[in-house]
Amino acid sequence: MANSKSAYSIAGKKQKNDTHIIVVWVDNEAGVLARVVGLFSGRGYNIESLAVAEVDQKENISRITIVTTGTPQVIDQIKLQLKKLVPIHKVADFKREDKNVIFKEMALFKFVANNEKLTKAFNACKNYNPVVLDKTKKSKVIQITALRREIDKMSKNLTKFGLVSVSRTGAVAMTRGSDVFK
Amino acid sequence: MPKLYSGAEIVFKCLEDQNVSHIFGYPGGAVLPIYDELKNFNSIKHILVRHEQGAGHAAEGYARSSGKPGVLLVTSGPGATNAVTALTDAYMDSVPLVCITGQVPTHLIGTDAFQECDTTGITRPCTKHNWLVKDINDLSEIMHKAFEVATTGRPGPVLVDIPKDIQFQKTKYKNYRKEKKLNGKSHDNFSQKNIDELIKLISKAKKPIFYTGGGVINSGPKASELLRELVYATGFPITSTLQGLGCFPADDNQFLGMLGMHGTYEANNAMYSCDLMINIGARFDDRITGKIDEFSPKSKKVHIDIDPSSINKNVKVDLPIVGDIKSVLTSTLKTLKKSKKKFSKSNKHQISNWWEKIQKWRSKRSLDYIGSEETIKPQYAIERLYELTKDRDTYITTEVGQHQMWAAQHYKFNKPNRWMTSGGLGTMGYGLPAAVGVQIAHPKKLVVDIAGEASVLMTMQEMSTAVQYNLPIKIFILNNEYMGMVRQWQELLHDKNYSESYTAALPDFVKMAEAYGCVGIRAKTPEELDDKIIEMLNTDRPVIFDCLVDKQENCFPMIPSGKPHNQMLLGPKDQKDKKITGKGRTLV
Repeated sequence: MANSKSAYSIAGKKQKNDTHIIVVWVDNEAGVLARVVGLFSGRGYNIESLAVAEVDQKENISRITIVTTGTPQVIDQIKLQLKKLVPIHKVADFKREDKNVIFKEMALFKFVANNEKLTKAFNACKNYNPVVLDKTKKSKVIQITALRREIDKMSKNLTKFGLVSVSRTGAVAMTRGSDVFK
Repeated sequence: MPKLYSGAEIVFKCLEDQNVSHIFGYPGGAVLPIYDELKNFNSIKHILVRHEQGAGHAAEGYARSSGKPGVLLVTSGPGATNAVTALTDAYMDSVPLVCITGQVPTHLIGTDAFQECDTTGITRPCTKHNWLVKDINDLSEIMHKAFEVATTGRPGPVLVDIPKDIQFQKTKYKNYRKEKKLNGKSHDNFSQKNIDELIKLISKAKKPIFYTGGGVINSGPKASELLRELVYATGFPITSTLQGLGCFPADDNQFLGMLGMHGTYEANNAMYSCDLMINIGARFDDRITGKIDEFSPKSKKVHIDIDPSSINKNVKVDLPIVGDIKSVLTSTLKTLKKSKKKFSKSNKHQISNWWEKIQKWRSKRSLDYIGSEETIKPQYAIERLYELTKDRDTYITTEVGQHQMWAAQHYKFNKPNRWMTSGGLGTMGYGLPAAVGVQIAHPKKLVVDIAGEASVLMTMQEMSTAVQYNLPIKIFILNNEYMGMVRQWQELLHDKNYSESYTAALPDFVKMAEAYGCVGIRAKTPEELDDKIIEMLNTDRPVIFDCLVDKQENCFPMIPSGKPHNQMLLGPKDQKDKKITGKGRTLV
């Protein structure tokens, strides 16, 4: 809109978005998650998924894994802005395509169906480390771990086997090999 | 057994240890224990404001004019929410503030108690960091850390929220121990290699420009001295942002004036056409860059800033240097002197064509306006104010709007820390309380708030504060009865539909001054203006000066929207052949 009656400039060309996994190590204190999430919402960055838990009880450190999309410039800003927050110790950034990093999400599927369908459902999950957590005559709760898009696909395909409920976590990440991110 | 102190006492002991001499505040239920201790700490003087926003802006004025952090003390709930505007203002303009708020007792938090609000939640996006003190044993450490966070790196506001029961509880006072690094957040990240690269760019440049901002002032007076040394050594032209005014003398020939939306023709054209831009402590704000795709298309850009997240945020730069400006400039000058002893001589020839071009732009005299003998032109009023005050060490604050831009264009600043204005947030009502804070920090100096009649009414109640503490601040109102900048945009962009920008019922400012117990002066004609200003300057009491100015005057030059720097609108003299039509009918 070149003729917008605005006191501000007109938005420029949009660049291509990439998916990145940002991992931050923070002091586990009250409000720290709100600071991180508030930074994303306040500056208009995306969050596709989020996983948080304390990883070091002695040092009181939590690890937050955020899957986000943005242009290279936005991803840079996310990292730099995060680094400015007082309770944040370090920030790591991985591209989703990065072969040196393992990304995993976990999902719980509940199926309600007859025995034949339940068996088919379990077999369909075979590639994703399925574990049966609960079993009745009419139902099954199966846990799988996989990539985000694999879980997306599975939850779509499994409806025919009586999938009634899906609960899933955000992605967590770990580098391959002996190197540790400092 | 060591002595035990109450939370309230610990607050003041920390303020004492941080050498705080003045706090701005307003009492209330949840901070009463702290106010109760005030009498026992003689080194700390409390300034009672009339509204918590005023406390915040006063603390800002204090901080910006003195280089020390400003401290404010307010109560829970409305006290905290009233301070939010000032905290956001300080966050945008990088002003170090420490805001202490009272909170309802710990056991009532979350129950919607009387005057309760989620203070740390509300202020999280407008502070560098904030703390809710839940344990008395953490109080002293948090207080000291608050000062450290506010004043290190890129300065900014912090907030400490102290529940009332914590203020009563007792504990030992832990002495302050300065940590070397804050969670690994270091600030000087540049290397000699960066500096060498900068020198290389400087020595090759044929069309260079320095573009400096508030970061130079935040880095301390020494940084301004070093900047002057560097600018003289290189012979390069220099332009400044609104916040950077004063770090280089405005009456020096190398200074091109302010840049940006209402910047000078020569500064903006030089920014557009340069081949080397050295940004020192500025942040490529949207009021500066104009259309970002066409911002200075042919230049190599260097960005010196203490905040790594400022780099490449709006504009991609070729050489980022992250560090405190004082240390970067020190290294730069040292290297320059070592490697190019006769730099300025050899360089003069290389940039002489550039200076010729700049002189051509300068000859447009873009700040000129059409004078009048009947009505006071606002630009003329500021010129006269400058001429009559330039021999004193004057501190100027402003509100927000046309008068602010005219002040920036026509008042010439020669020293840092003399110019306090709300740039990032653009807070109307900033100037009057800020002047209170400046006068507290500099009791003997002349402090003038160049104001608009609409802005100043937003925080007018602080005149009462000025009277209470005998602060002889001068409120110089350019009264055009309009929200002038709104009116200007409506004239230029909205077909002269002056929707709600005219104030039909203004108070009589002279009578108002008298009602507050200060002095009111009115100037109506250009003829009497000088005498009235002199009368104001000779009054050793707070003054409200009602200067009736031309109601239709617009602020030029100006960059219309969607336009780069080289397509400016000049003043009425130039406008006959360049009417704003079609695409240009929007502002940046």
